[in-house]
Amino acid sequence: MTTSMLGEPIARREDPRLLTGQGRYLDDIGHRALAAAFVRSPHAHARIVDVDVTEALDVDGLVAIYTHDDLEGRVGEPLPLLIPHEALTHGRTPYALAKDEVNHVGEAVVMVVATDRYVAEDACERIRVRYDFLPPVVGIEAARDAALLVHDDVPGNVSAHLVQENGDARSAIDAAPNVLELDLAIERSASTPLEGRGVHARWDADDHSLRVYTSTQASTSVRAALAAKLGLPPDRVEVIAPDVGGGFGVKIMHPWPEEVLVPWAAIRLGREVKWTEDRREHFVSATHERGQLQHVRVGFDDEGRLLGLDVTVWHDNGAYTPYGIIVPIITTTQLLGPYKPGAYRAEFFSLYTNTVTVTPYRGAGRPQGCFAMERTMDAIAEHLGVDRTVVRERNFIQPDEMPFDHGLTFQDGRPLIYDSGDYPATLEKIKKLVGWDDFAAFRSEARAAGRRVGIGIGCYVEGTGVGPYEGGFVKVETDGTVVVATGLTTQGQGHQTVFAQVVAAELGVPIERVAVTTGDTRRFGYAVGTFASRAAVMSGNAIAIAARKVRDKALRVAGEALEADARDLEIVDGTVRVVGSPPGAPGTSIPLATVAVLANPLRYAFDREAERATQFGGPVDVSKPPVAEGDSPGLEETGYYSPPRSTFANGMHAAIVETDPDTAEISILRYCVVHDCGTLINPRIVEGQIHGGVAQGVGGALYERMVYDDAGQLLNASFMDFLMPYSTEVPVVETDHQQTPSPLNPLGIKGAGEAGVIPVSAVIASAVSDAEGFAVTRMPISPSDLHELRLRHSSEGGPAR
Amino acid sequence: MSEQLYEVTLLVNGVHRSATVPARRLLSDFLRHDLELTGTHVGCEHGVCGACTVLVGGRPIRSCLQFAVTVDGEEVTTVEGCTRPDGELGPVQQAFRDCHGLQCGFCTPGFVTTITAYLHENPEPTADEAREAIAGNLCRCTGYQNIVASVLRAAQLRTGSTEAAAEAAP
Repeated sequence: MTTSMLGEPIARREDPRLLTGQGRYLDDIGHRALAAAFVRSPHAHARIVDVDVTEALDVDGLVAIYTHDDLEGRVGEPLPLLIPHEALTHGRTPYALAKDEVNHVGEAVVMVVATDRYVAEDACERIRVRYDFLPPVVGIEAARDAALLVHDDVPGNVSAHLVQENGDARSAIDAAPNVLELDLAIERSASTPLEGRGVHARWDADDHSLRVYTSTQASTSVRAALAAKLGLPPDRVEVIAPDVGGGFGVKIMHPWPEEVLVPWAAIRLGREVKWTEDRREHFVSATHERGQLQHVRVGFDDEGRLLGLDVTVWHDNGAYTPYGIIVPIITTTQLLGPYKPGAYRAEFFSLYTNTVTVTPYRGAGRPQGCFAMERTMDAIAEHLGVDRTVVRERNFIQPDEMPFDHGLTFQDGRPLIYDSGDYPATLEKIKKLVGWDDFAAFRSEARAAGRRVGIGIGCYVEGTGVGPYEGGFVKVETDGTVVVATGLTTQGQGHQTVFAQVVAAELGVPIERVAVTTGDTRRFGYAVGTFASRAAVMSGNAIAIAARKVRDKALRVAGEALEADARDLEIVDGTVRVVGSPPGAPGTSIPLATVAVLANPLRYAFDREAERATQFGGPVDVSKPPVAEGDSPGLEETGYYSPPRSTFANGMHAAIVETDPDTAEISILRYCVVHDCGTLINPRIVEGQIHGGVAQGVGGALYERMVYDDAGQLLNASFMDFLMPYSTEVPVVETDHQQTPSPLNPLGIKGAGEAGVIPVSAVIASAVSDAEGFAVTRMPISPSDLHELRLRHSSEGGPAR
Repeated sequence: MSEQLYEVTLLVNGVHRSATVPARRLLSDFLRHDLELTGTHVGCEHGVCGACTVLVGGRPIRSCLQFAVTVDGEEVTTVEGCTRPDGELGPVQQAFRDCHGLQCGFCTPGFVTTITAYLHENPEPTADEAREAIAGNLCRCTGYQNIVASVLRAAQLRTGSTEAAAEAAP
């Protein structure tokens, strides 16, 4: 049994449980809880005139009906604005239940609690809400025109306006020998985990404590929010993320209206209450992302080197801004990718619309930024008649220029400084993997057979592992098991495996002895959350730091027991031994379990092993206190990792597509990924993250869009109509790795969770443009979109390839 | 207005289980909340995602589209019943573990039951057939690549275990 587990593609330790139906997701908890259901606004914009519950009162099994009037104290106030920013001058958040006005279809208006969900929905159907309609603002153009307003007191529908600039971009562009302008658009999509949201709450009136299970990416922060809202001391509130059936960003948003109301009702009723979101609710009352319009103006020399880049983004933030303006900040900073932009100016307007609120979805603004930059790179290449990879290479930040300071402020409020990366090496690898230089021959062959094919490329840099911190707890039990806890949550990333690998490697114990708990405030109270590809970087390093402290202490305690110098000891397979001693030699080794016993001086023995630690159990130095000053009992330590700034992963994708000359169907023939997330803890899990990210990217590039009509109705709010890809729509992903360790953290790792999704729209747009001979500027692109583009370009007389 | 109740009895994973429920109780809810077999998951409640797939008489059906009363007396297999008799991972489950065919695990039970039924009818699929076999189930985590590999791996494991069983037979 090896203990050097780091970097091994071991099978996941959580799988047997999940594969046999023993997982415990939110709706698997609380079979006897009361069920909540919500009456939601059917209108995008309206004033609430009256709520009539009379007919619902006869429903057998009804327990309670609540409207905003029932919400006392802070529960009745607007939900928190989680990430304030000075540019967010007109931030607005919803009430837990709408007060006076609704601003999108799906906004919760009435809460019903009943004996089960069927009955609760019966009651919802019988509640009559009268509305005065207001004209809705739908779409970014309508929001920008501002002929109508979402919120009366927000002029221009602008929640935030921010300009970041490094150098004088506009002058640099004006003086450049070549100038291009691009207008680009990305439509809305959404995280769409297979499990929706859900909350279960249990109030213990005797203990005066609240336990809440919620399908979240941020259990500690939910606890803080609930304690504040409900007026409870935080230490009387426990929040647990059970098994979570996917997050992809949407579950970092908190506290949801339902997340406040379910515990509130549980306290009020003195009963367990549960709400499990249904699929339509998820479409219309969770959150979306991606929708942006962009204008790019770029100046470059005759070699294609950027001299100045000026980008304006109109970002659709939906009805409210509870998560602040993180998404457009990320778009405008991460847009830069692996390139030196010359002088750079980025300006964004974050705009209200009467549609579902926008918060981060995997990639969190990066796919849009990558799309803008990569479309610009392709446009420069086309303008100069230079190969697309050559233009990119000429603009790369070189390895010897690291760390590279962009002179901007990143989403964590810290300077945008890339820590490491070897972009030319990554480019070489992706060109080789996809066969970039051989593509012309393939195209000729295909053309001769009447087929239309194209190749595309996209490069990205992703700031991962944002602060402020995460913590890790590592404890060796007296039976030799090692319990590990970290506060951030898990939604399928394999944390029970990768964090166990870290501990096994750092502590020298068999991985089978390590048990990891995440997202449970009872086990670890300080955490930020799982987002921004930060879990492995943040908690991985925090746990490594804690494990190293435990190791130091174990060696010290064992050294005293073995009368050896701690520096001469090592831990192998869960046993502390003198380095170089023959196995089994007496007095040269001691099991870690025994060290754990000795580390906790006892008065009372609970078993034979424990007798060794009691006051008469063995020879001790009676001149010293049993627990030395500054020391603590037990073999357990807590460690925190707080980075000075983010660490920047990177990667490049390339795809070969075929477009049908008649039907305009787009098929992905090959999809290749080279990525660099520093040192790998578990390559198999990283590959899985890449595969899944690419699949979501393909969805966003070819199939998924939130279709709103002019009245603000979401027309495709079901899996029948919102086209999430099945296995038949997702290509095989070919991968290669580049490993440039991060100098910023002890393990040298960078995040990998979002990488797969970031450049896909850019890559597919590049490849389809290459196949068709005209530039694709709006994504996603459906066959009918492509057909329309062909008609427009042929009427303009452009050549088809 | 109280609802009329019906006793529904199923043979679930080889065990007779019954509960008294209204006519509108969905089979998915019946399994999950009345029998507390929560391995079967509900992802969309409109028969598209396939997470709730269970086998009724060996055939895969969407339990969110079926009322429990309509399958009264039937034999039902859920993901909990796809293990080996000793409780260890069954061939499809083992294949998913070997191939990293799951991430969050929420859609997985529907894939496991679907593939179990599929391999019963088509024990040696090609890679293309494997991809087609799972094309009625949604997964948001894996990109399907490792699930396709899991189908092929499960086919190997099944054949192996059939051969092993044949060898072990007197």
